[in-house]
Amino acid sequence: MVIEKNARIVHKESWGDYHLVSLEAVSIAREAKPGQFLMVKIHSQFCPLLRRPFGIHGRTKDAVEIFFKVAGHGTALLAAKKAGEALDVLGPLGKGFGLEDALPGKTIWAVAGGRGIAPFKLWAEEARSRGARLKILYGGRTRADLPIADRFRQAGFETVCSTDDGSFGFKGFVTGLLEAEIRKARPDRLYACGPDPMMAAVSRIALGENIPCRLSLESQMGCGFGACWGCVKKIRRAGSEDWVKICEEGPVFEAGEIVWDEGTP
Amino acid sequence: MTDLTVDLGFLKLRNPVLTASGTFGYGLEFEPFINLEELGGIVVKGLYFGPRPGNPPPRIFETASGLINAIGLQGIGVKAFAEKILPKLRGIKTPIFVNVCGSSDEEYASVIEFLDREEGVAAYEINISCPNVTQNGLCPALDPQKTFNVVKLCKTVSRRPVITKLSPNVSDIVEIALAAEEAGTDGISLINTLLAMAVDVETRRPKLANLFGGLSGPAIKPIALRMVYQVATRVKVPVIGMGGIATGGDALEFLIAGARAVQVGTANLVDPDASVRIIREIEAFCREKGVDKIERIIGTLKTS
Repeated sequence: MVIEKNARIVHKESWGDYHLVSLEAVSIAREAKPGQFLMVKIHSQFCPLLRRPFGIHGRTKDAVEIFFKVAGHGTALLAAKKAGEALDVLGPLGKGFGLEDALPGKTIWAVAGGRGIAPFKLWAEEARSRGARLKILYGGRTRADLPIADRFRQAGFETVCSTDDGSFGFKGFVTGLLEAEIRKARPDRLYACGPDPMMAAVSRIALGENIPCRLSLESQMGCGFGACWGCVKKIRRAGSEDWVKICEEGPVFEAGEIVWDEGTP
Repeated sequence: MTDLTVDLGFLKLRNPVLTASGTFGYGLEFEPFINLEELGGIVVKGLYFGPRPGNPPPRIFETASGLINAIGLQGIGVKAFAEKILPKLRGIKTPIFVNVCGSSDEEYASVIEFLDREEGVAAYEINISCPNVTQNGLCPALDPQKTFNVVKLCKTVSRRPVITKLSPNVSDIVEIALAAEEAGTDGISLINTLLAMAVDVETRRPKLANLFGGLSGPAIKPIALRMVYQVATRVKVPVIGMGGIATGGDALEFLIAGARAVQVGTANLVDPDASVRIIREIEAFCREKGVDKIERIIGTLKTS
């Protein structure tokens, strides 16, 4: 992990509230593994104070991409940045998906909710290069929440979509789509990223079907590298439950080890 | 070349910049980013005697130029610290200050007694001021008698210098500082975080699971500076100032107000190299102003 204080925006695309930003950062791009994340400083002022965490979407030889939805003050300021401007970026952080399981001939699926599609471009590229057979289930509220579905298809990745309102693909939650797809064929492993209720539901389906599943968690973070203990999830390992740092030991965890909070369906 | 060394009486530091407890992990987390041997000192995350689970999430919430946290002092306890962390810290030629926690006066004493048997600790900073471990932010630092008692006990058992870290959540900070000094503290560090809260208007629920948290970051710097000045002008022991320091200029304000050293906290989370940058900015200021020795700046506030 390195601090790249002067990561120039080399490319930017926008679809409504969704944005894709490509940042020139050679050493981060070289190190980055699927499922790792970046901490991006929006500007050098004190408000917003903290960096914002973003999953690594893709990479080239000398740049890393993030894909995000405007969700507050920080992401709104970030969305207003233009190509040519520079950002201070820390990364790559976290442990990533651990794609060593994506063996040749194995079938692995991604389940993504909205902006949770972010880490799956690099995931798909890596899994394909390892010889795994993969499919992406990509859900959102409406068609507007699936702005990069065509990108995945154009890149040759099998991508099945769902929308809550039925405006595009399967009508219903992406978890409903997952259940329907599992009835047709079973994957060897699932990977998921999205809002907590979706993740809890994916986890329940995977555990019920006895399909190994890894979840990439989202969280507010203070630092991103294990210093503040601000981002924690309750994790059950070897019979004991502890608050575990998402940034350092995650953001990807095995579905079976996450203890969902009361109130999460 | 400016002489940046400062003398705390019980210890000489290569420069006046330390890292603040709770924002610097156990120190090793920052090795990928900075040379830890450039720092004046490292204050590691607060340690209770045993491991501590901490508070449920959400634990942090960002506010205007600030951060409210209610981590709840999650930590590994003294034994794991002595076995796993301290041997690695011993290899770093920078004084290590252990932030000592306790849910009773006796627990502070047992943490110190345990660590007194270990090498590689320069001094203790007793954290009598964490607002996040009891329902209403209660802690010994809110009361002069309780402060006196815990400092006195720690001083009695400790073979090492004891610094007392004070809370800003009091009506008279000087009264508390004088109580700590009377009990024999070797130094005073302040301020810990300000008791704070935030509300989600959609759900009408608190933003933090703990309801209250401690506010830190640039937002609190003016309050911290005022309190450091009030204390530094009244006590004889060295004062270590902290609260929202993010630049060399911020650090210099505290030194001019009377702090002999400073701690950098929340800024470390945003920029892992903040402390080192601040040292360089202090040095650049001194060079530009022709200050040959940083100690000549300490306590030089002109009020008339």
